[in-house]
Amino acid sequence: MIARHESRLWLAANAFGATLRRDLAVTRRELPQFLVQALIQPMFFLLIFCKILPGIGLTAGNFAALLLPGIVGLTELMASIQGITLPLALDLGYAREIDDRLLAPLPVWLVAVEKVLFAALRSMVAGGVIFPAAWWVLGSRYAVRGDRIGVLIGMIVLAAFAGSGIGLVIGTVVKPEQISLMFSIIITPLLFTGCTYYPWAALGNIRWFQIMTLFNPLTYAAEGLRYAMVPPVAGHTLPTLPMPWVLLGLAATIAVCFAFGTRTFRARVVS
Amino acid sequence: MPNDSAAIEVRDLVKRYAKSPVNAVDGVTFQVRPGEIFGLLGPNGAGKTTTIGVLITSVVPTSGAAAIMGLDVVRNPIGIKQRIAVVPQQSNLDRSLRVREILTFHAAYHGVPHREREERADSLLNELGLGERKNDRAWRYSGGMSQRLMIARALMHAPDVLFLDEPTNNLDPQSRLFLWDRIRALNAQGLTILLTTHDMNEADQLCGRIAIMDKGRILVNDTAGELKKMIPGGSTVELRVRLPEPSAGARVAEALRALDGVNKVDELDADTPEEEEPDLAAYRLYAEKAPALVGPATQAMLLEGAQVRDLHVKQPSLEDVFIYLTGRHLR
Repeated sequence: MIARHESRLWLAANAFGATLRRDLAVTRRELPQFLVQALIQPMFFLLIFCKILPGIGLTAGNFAALLLPGIVGLTELMASIQGITLPLALDLGYAREIDDRLLAPLPVWLVAVEKVLFAALRSMVAGGVIFPAAWWVLGSRYAVRGDRIGVLIGMIVLAAFAGSGIGLVIGTVVKPEQISLMFSIIITPLLFTGCTYYPWAALGNIRWFQIMTLFNPLTYAAEGLRYAMVPPVAGHTLPTLPMPWVLLGLAATIAVCFAFGTRTFRARVVS
Repeated sequence: MPNDSAAIEVRDLVKRYAKSPVNAVDGVTFQVRPGEIFGLLGPNGAGKTTTIGVLITSVVPTSGAAAIMGLDVVRNPIGIKQRIAVVPQQSNLDRSLRVREILTFHAAYHGVPHREREERADSLLNELGLGERKNDRAWRYSGGMSQRLMIARALMHAPDVLFLDEPTNNLDPQSRLFLWDRIRALNAQGLTILLTTHDMNEADQLCGRIAIMDKGRILVNDTAGELKKMIPGGSTVELRVRLPEPSAGARVAEALRALDGVNKVDELDADTPEEEEPDLAAYRLYAEKAPALVGPATQAMLLEGAQVRDLHVKQPSLEDVFIYLTGRHLR
């Protein structure tokens, strides 16, 4: 006979830990695929935009320093979505592999929180591995300031949670048969209006577009990462979206997505 | 008011899904005693799966109450989940994991200590005949093996109550008999089991008591034997005969109707594999004391010049009970 714990708190904490261990075990097994998936797009971005285009004189050489933070933000977002949206949409749609965890002794919203935490961890790893990869691809053009490392880590973490929060919402709202549609109508605008390829302050001349980018959480992640990463040129620091706005934008994204996403998740699994 | 002596208690349970004009479960009340195998029998859409859904905390009741081992399903879902296990209709095995890991992770979710879960996984895999394939990925499994693996998984945390939703639906006859044996063995060890089925034979074979559900309500709830006694007239006699000539069918039926004690005679499909035999006919005789008709019926056939091919006294099935109660077949 198996001894029973009667403390619900202990049961829920244990089940949460075990579901996280399950996800880590599965990811460890497919680590090479995960890393290839995480790296292939940023590597090509860096190669084309920071090496090839400057090489043929189409962009300035220091574009690499501006683009790299955007690429880190973008990669984190994509990694979160790959880590939570697709699996969740399939699971809630028909695979139902998540059932066993829903029947574990923990509140169902904690199952959603575990998904978010795990996707965020994946996202942080995906963002982190870009740095050595970029150093290798860019060579002498690799330029990241070293005096804001604390801010950089904080931004990587916040961007990861914002991304997986968005992933939770999309994954619980979108049906499996709508996934390709979702990529066209949600992901594509998210990618191109998120200040990935251009600094926000430079959009001053195109005011309507500058305002539009503020509705995209990726803007806040990319700008915060720029603040932490872009080194000053000849004493001039690159103007970015002010950090309080960056923090507010990301915190609001995380809060809203958590509150809404755990609800939609519950609505999908408990009728 | 949860009753402590019941393993499962459901009282006046109602569930209406959003946007639905009718109640999926419409005032259901029943109790399952510890150590019982209880069956919910009914056609698809009768409300069986919704009733189970409430008990396993995946459906929130609209009104009424349900408790397992004295714990309220709405107020204490964590306590409920610790005490129950579910084997669903369709495989929901975690295909990212290997077979043995499916069991060990399940136990880990439920807080079973490391050494115990390793030992239990091995012994359950062997017990269910899966020991040699424990490192496979679950998607390689056939329907019968998936079902066995889901049962092994369900037992990993030593639940008090096991829910089986259409456990042998779509299984081949051999897997089905194996599962029936396993279910009986588990019950003999003291596990309380609630199963849903639309298979009369399965309910008859396994369940101590059966609740017949239709349109969200429980029509009757009793042992299979008692349910069958509900049919007036009880047993019937069925006979298949070779007629003296193909046109003699009606005359022969008339002769059977004329027998003492016969209430009604139905002409059945002869249901013969040799289709070129138009002179075969089959009849069902309803009577208060059907067994007493065996002799007179045989004699009547001799007099009519019909040759008796087969004659047996038929006990009513649960299918007959369902038809009697609802006027419809189960499927």
